[in-house]
Amino acid sequence: MLELFRFPGGVKPVSHKEASAAAPITRAPLPKLLVVPFRQSATGAATIQVVAGEKVLKGQIIGVAEGAFGSAVHAPTSGLVRAIESRMLPHPSGLAAPCAVIEADGEERWVELSPLDPFDSDPEIVRAKIKDAGIVGLGGAAFPSHVKAKTVIDTLIINGAECEPWITCDDRLMRERADEIVSGAIILGRLMAAKRIFFGVEDNKPAAAAALHAAVGGMPPPSPQPLSREGRGAFHADAQTIQVISVPTLYPAGGEKQLIRVLTGIEIPYGKLGPDFGVQCFNVGTAHAVARAVQHGEPLISRIVTLAGNFARAGNFDVLIGTPIDALLALGAPLPDTDRVVMGGPMMGFTLHDTAVPVVKASNCLLAMSPALFPPPKPAMPCIRCGACTRACPVVLQPHELYWYARAKNFGKTQEYHLFDCIECGCCAYVCPSRIPLVDYYRFAKSEIRAREREKLAADLARERYEFRQFREEREKAEKAVRLAAKAAETKAKLAREEAAKVGAGETAIAGEPGNTETALAGEPGNTETASVAPVNDKLALIAAAQARAAAKKAAVAPQNTAELTPDQQAQVAEAEARRALIDAPKDSA
Amino acid sequence: MTSSPHILQPASVQRVMLKVLVALTPGIAAYVWFFGAAILVQLALASVTALAAEALILRLRHKPVLLFVTDGSALVTAWLVALTFPPIAPWWLTVCGVLTAIVVAKHLYGGLGQNPFNPAMVAFCTMIVAFPQLMSQWPHVEFHSFSVQFNAIFGGLFGLQRQLDAIVMATPLDALRTVLRDPEQVATIAGILGEHATFGNIGGRGWEWVAAGYLVGGLWLIQQRIITWHIPVAFIATLAIVATAFNMINPQHFASAHFHLFTGGAMLGAFFIATDPVSGATTPLGKLIFAAGAALIMLIIRNFGAYPDGMAFAILLMNLLVPLIDMHTQPRVFGHKSPPRGGKEP
Repeated sequence: MLELFRFPGGVKPVSHKEASAAAPITRAPLPKLLVVPFRQSATGAATIQVVAGEKVLKGQIIGVAEGAFGSAVHAPTSGLVRAIESRMLPHPSGLAAPCAVIEADGEERWVELSPLDPFDSDPEIVRAKIKDAGIVGLGGAAFPSHVKAKTVIDTLIINGAECEPWITCDDRLMRERADEIVSGAIILGRLMAAKRIFFGVEDNKPAAAAALHAAVGGMPPPSPQPLSREGRGAFHADAQTIQVISVPTLYPAGGEKQLIRVLTGIEIPYGKLGPDFGVQCFNVGTAHAVARAVQHGEPLISRIVTLAGNFARAGNFDVLIGTPIDALLALGAPLPDTDRVVMGGPMMGFTLHDTAVPVVKASNCLLAMSPALFPPPKPAMPCIRCGACTRACPVVLQPHELYWYARAKNFGKTQEYHLFDCIECGCCAYVCPSRIPLVDYYRFAKSEIRAREREKLAADLARERYEFRQFREEREKAEKAVRLAAKAAETKAKLAREEAAKVGAGETAIAGEPGNTETALAGEPGNTETASVAPVNDKLALIAAAQARAAAKKAAVAPQNTAELTPDQQAQVAEAEARRALIDAPKDSA
Repeated sequence: MTSSPHILQPASVQRVMLKVLVALTPGIAAYVWFFGAAILVQLALASVTALAAEALILRLRHKPVLLFVTDGSALVTAWLVALTFPPIAPWWLTVCGVLTAIVVAKHLYGGLGQNPFNPAMVAFCTMIVAFPQLMSQWPHVEFHSFSVQFNAIFGGLFGLQRQLDAIVMATPLDALRTVLRDPEQVATIAGILGEHATFGNIGGRGWEWVAAGYLVGGLWLIQQRIITWHIPVAFIATLAIVATAFNMINPQHFASAHFHLFTGGAMLGAFFIATDPVSGATTPLGKLIFAAGAALIMLIIRNFGAYPDGMAFAILLMNLLVPLIDMHTQPRVFGHKSPPRGGKEP
């Protein structure tokens, strides 16, 4: 017998499972209109593959998985795509997203299905099959299964704990379709090269555990030739490697990390996943869907949904994805005092704002609420630090401290007290004698912290952009200054060179060509005047200097003007320059 | 409620407080049996005062009066005040004590759940400092005529002299302290216990049975999961171990562990006062430290201090340390390697 472990805390609410667990699963009638959201997984959407007016067959792919974390979507029945439009989803915040509105033709004509022999196919092909079948976690988290099945692990855990009160869809599924669940588990085990498979079933479901036991015992060997030819994919189903284990009924034993703890003793902290510790966990419904997809080629287009609570006919229904919840609720005949409907269980489910939304892959239970069945809580009292919450917390947090800091909006402290380790199971609020809606405070703190982190990221980005602009402007300024300095230096050097040249040229001109001198003098009388004022007027001197620089520059930029002068002209120029040099001389000394 | 969880356990502050009151009744029964009905008068007086003060303050603070008055917390405080005060104390002493507890120690700090100090212990300390003599008049275990006790309580009110001589007797702790510290007498524990009528087989005569009543009620509270075992066990264990150590060093001068446990406020403190969740530590290790500290301080005051019993001062001193204790005794979070220290990962 396997040694079981305890997880900390936990609560034991009344299970209320009898009413809905009594009757076998019933196939829900085909609705006229189905609304199939293209976003069915927790992590990604599907790329739309159909247009309005197109005819589709049952099981036809209408959306292919987008990216690595997307998940495929299929037509749940044959019919006509009436529209592709944004519709409200069953989501706590009432999100709308693109959906295919399909009008059923009632013929239920399937696409051609292509089953695989799971024990004679390459694991990659099997995994692709799971991806194409649009399989996501059916326990409620809706994480794409092909992504989870990519890891190599020691222990595969199939979660049949179903710890939330009222919900019985997994219980009925285990009782009625245990063979396929075990097949699916073996397929998954093989994909992940698991050494053993544990089925964890809470001990309040002995019939389900017995059915799984029988299925495991009666399982034929997975393949005539065990698949040991490659290292991976070698999985032998036998009594030692597959075990059905009854775990103590204690909410939240069905939480992934809690069940892993109970069955293996491993504690997986926040931020880590099962495969980091050689464990992976799938819901029994997911294992069933995997078997259907691989062995029969059927994509995931239906699931079992529990109708529980304030119904005249509570029970479990096999429902096509996309069935309007309104239509489904009518099957259970809700009692007249029903005031709202919760999707999921009473501990972690959320109230549907509108029951016109469709059933999605994550819809495990619809709980009809009435004031008589679920009395509204009395007013909250102050926290008396009684510690009931700390004893109930399965993560060993200090819920009263977290509450205190969340209420004070001291979000830094909430993180120091490991707010994000909180799994929002609701145990603390369930036991609180002051009836404080503790989980609401944690959700509030988490969303505030996430919003602030987003803001901080945005602000950081803006600051980085601003700082880069500043830097760029500074850099351009500096480059310009360098350019100017270089130019100035060049000019100075040129001037010096020219001066040296003038001294030589002037002497020649005066000596050899006296006539030219006259012309030159007559030609530039203004210069002479300016020069005569220069010594006394600094400003004029500066202007003159500027003019000289400008001339020099001109000479530098456009040397071609003087390049092809006759020797006579050159001599004239040189003479003029020499005169100017003489004029400039007093200014330079001044 | 539209967000999860949609179901709540049928628990309430009222139910918690009610169970604490029920758990006090065995001790109260023994009290009445050995020391007369005066304690019932005091309990009634304290209850009425507490509820009236609570209602008035809630009204002044614009809080829902009915919701909080019926939560039972004021009654628990009132009963603890009455049970720690002498049952033949004048009526106004009890009233002042209860008012100190409810108005000052509880509501000036923000009301239910907000008080850093145990209100009943604040009342006790204030009154024993202000009226040391009145707070030391304890009833005689054998002479407890109700009319005389009634006169002691309400004597002043009707213009009568309080007639106390016949009915007052020193508590065992007081008797022990007085005799041991009297330089005229060369006394030993054994001698004192043999000579004085106040001492019984284990603790003080009568008092040992009251303590036993508190013990029974306290164990029931643990069974009912109103309190955890940590504080009573750590308190009693520390008291027993340290008292035994003193007793072994000097058996003539220091009383034994069982004497300390079954006398004074030890049992009431271990199960009903140190376990006050609002002003006490909340982590498992923190509770052990808190209770051990309280027991140690109490024993030091009993053995060396100026007051015969140190329960109230010990609790208040440890109340001061609660935030620090809680911060540094955070348990290891699921999956984490080490516990958060001061709320921070190392």
